[in-house]
Amino acid sequence: MEGSNVFGVVLAGGKGTRMGNVEKPKQFMEIGGKPIIIHTIEKFAVYPEFEKIIVLSPKQWILHTQDIIQKYIRHPENIVVIEGGATRNETIMNAVKYIEKNHRLDDDTIIVTHDSVRPFVTHRIIEENVKYAKEFGATDTVIPATDTIVTSTDHQCITEIPDRSLMYQGQTPQSFHAKKLRELYEGLTREEKEILTDACKILVLKGEKVHLVEGEVFNIKITYPYDIRVAKSILGGGQTC
Amino acid sequence: MLNTVYQLKKPRQFEVSFQDIECDDQHLLVRPTYLSICNADQRYYQGTRAEAVLRQKLPMALIHEGVGRVIYDPTGTFEIGTDVVMIPNIPTETDEIIGENYLRSSKFRGSSTDGFLQEYILTVPDRVVPLPEHMNMSVAAFTEIVSVSYHTISRFLNIAHQRRERIGVWGDGNLGYITSLLLTKLCPQAQIYVFGVNEEKLADFTFADRTFLVTEDFGDIAIDHAFECVGGGGASKAINQIIDYIHPEGTIAIMGVSEEFAPLNTRMILEKGLRVFGSSRSGRKDFIGLLELYKKYPELPEYLENIVGSQIHVRDIADITQAFEADIHKLIGKTIMIWDK
Repeated sequence: MEGSNVFGVVLAGGKGTRMGNVEKPKQFMEIGGKPIIIHTIEKFAVYPEFEKIIVLSPKQWILHTQDIIQKYIRHPENIVVIEGGATRNETIMNAVKYIEKNHRLDDDTIIVTHDSVRPFVTHRIIEENVKYAKEFGATDTVIPATDTIVTSTDHQCITEIPDRSLMYQGQTPQSFHAKKLRELYEGLTREEKEILTDACKILVLKGEKVHLVEGEVFNIKITYPYDIRVAKSILGGGQTC
Repeated sequence: MLNTVYQLKKPRQFEVSFQDIECDDQHLLVRPTYLSICNADQRYYQGTRAEAVLRQKLPMALIHEGVGRVIYDPTGTFEIGTDVVMIPNIPTETDEIIGENYLRSSKFRGSSTDGFLQEYILTVPDRVVPLPEHMNMSVAAFTEIVSVSYHTISRFLNIAHQRRERIGVWGDGNLGYITSLLLTKLCPQAQIYVFGVNEEKLADFTFADRTFLVTEDFGDIAIDHAFECVGGGGASKAINQIIDYIHPEGTIAIMGVSEEFAPLNTRMILEKGLRVFGSSRSGRKDFIGLLELYKKYPELPEYLENIVGSQIHVRDIADITQAFEADIHKLIGKTIMIWDK
């Protein structure tokens, strides 16, 4: 959709080299006869409100990503592949830069950032990310924690066992007002940037509100070989809930 | 693209499954928004269909009554965001005599193929019809069942003789309400008599000329034609009562679905020269005709608001189960699932 000022941002991290005996990044592994990243991009491609879908890839994998998009996506006109950054947040900043250069970046610009290795994201999750990002400024997709969470500062003994009813497991998408995210990120010290594992933390560190969006148990992140087996199993047969 | 499908795995148990669907340039994607539960869905959910049928058809996504919003349309037929009613009948051929809804080769959502309990419905453009503006979405959700009444009445108007002074409708449930309501517009010269078993329910048929309890003595009441909207175990009793009270050469439309065979007084069908026909499914032209009727008579969808029962937001599988359980315990009304899944 032209001019909606809402952008899909698909984060395809992984190894920055194709040389040597390096395992292929998980987003290119196939489940159900297609690369995982294609399943993910397909969900974004049919969401009607995205002005552009920006796929961020390590430089060495850009051509490969472009090729498989051309091969599998029937109408790829609205999708662009650009280079990611050194970290997750730098990668998101590259998407913001792209928007600023090629579209418009203002106070209303929304980005819906999503892991390329979460292909089971649903329309409802994307829709609520857009809705609540517009309403509250930022969102994080979560599911209630089912396991008890234990913290340990010395990695040997328990420091604390937080109340599980207050615990959630983070998924993606995470959605933001792009301009504000960049301003807050640029206002962080280098030390603060180094401890960031997650884009929502940029806002949390600065005392900004992040609205929760209910995820799905099956919206899994495919990280380990075991996850591929789980994903294939989810695809192959029913999952009773 | 991965599509999340919510299938009934076995009676009272839904499961999530994923199907890879391909939206080519002949198809579009509709996102379901309001879905309505039908008795046919309940028969699968409660497991009252024959064991062999359940074994053959499940797992399957239920629901064949629903509306949605066009979210992706490479065919260029609809504007994105158009609210549409979805037609559950999927013909695979055409026939110059037999309608799409009667062709044995046609598939039907929630019966021979997955129904509307899905994240997206992949469809060809002619299986959806745009809704009138400002339509009440909970009423629009059950357009399909109303279209079946519309279809049956249209057939009736083609085949029944012209003496249509009194038409009887047997059944005080949703189908009886819908059919007798449409008759007031499609057969305006006739007096509409409704026959039911529940006084409280019959009191809601305010548009009918008269209502009767089937247990009362009707005196010398006689009808020219009749519609049976009872189904189930009561169908046989209702049809035989119709046969008793209908004038010779009248037409009887059977609309209620029964799992069991219904014994009928065939001797009297023969002696009176009655014409009996049945309908339980509709086709595209019935949806279009009905929506035109809604535009012409805006009071029709307003009356139909009276049979909107529970409206349940569905965000997870437990909500689907809750909707089906609530539907079992209702007295009358259509249970609507507001699809937020």
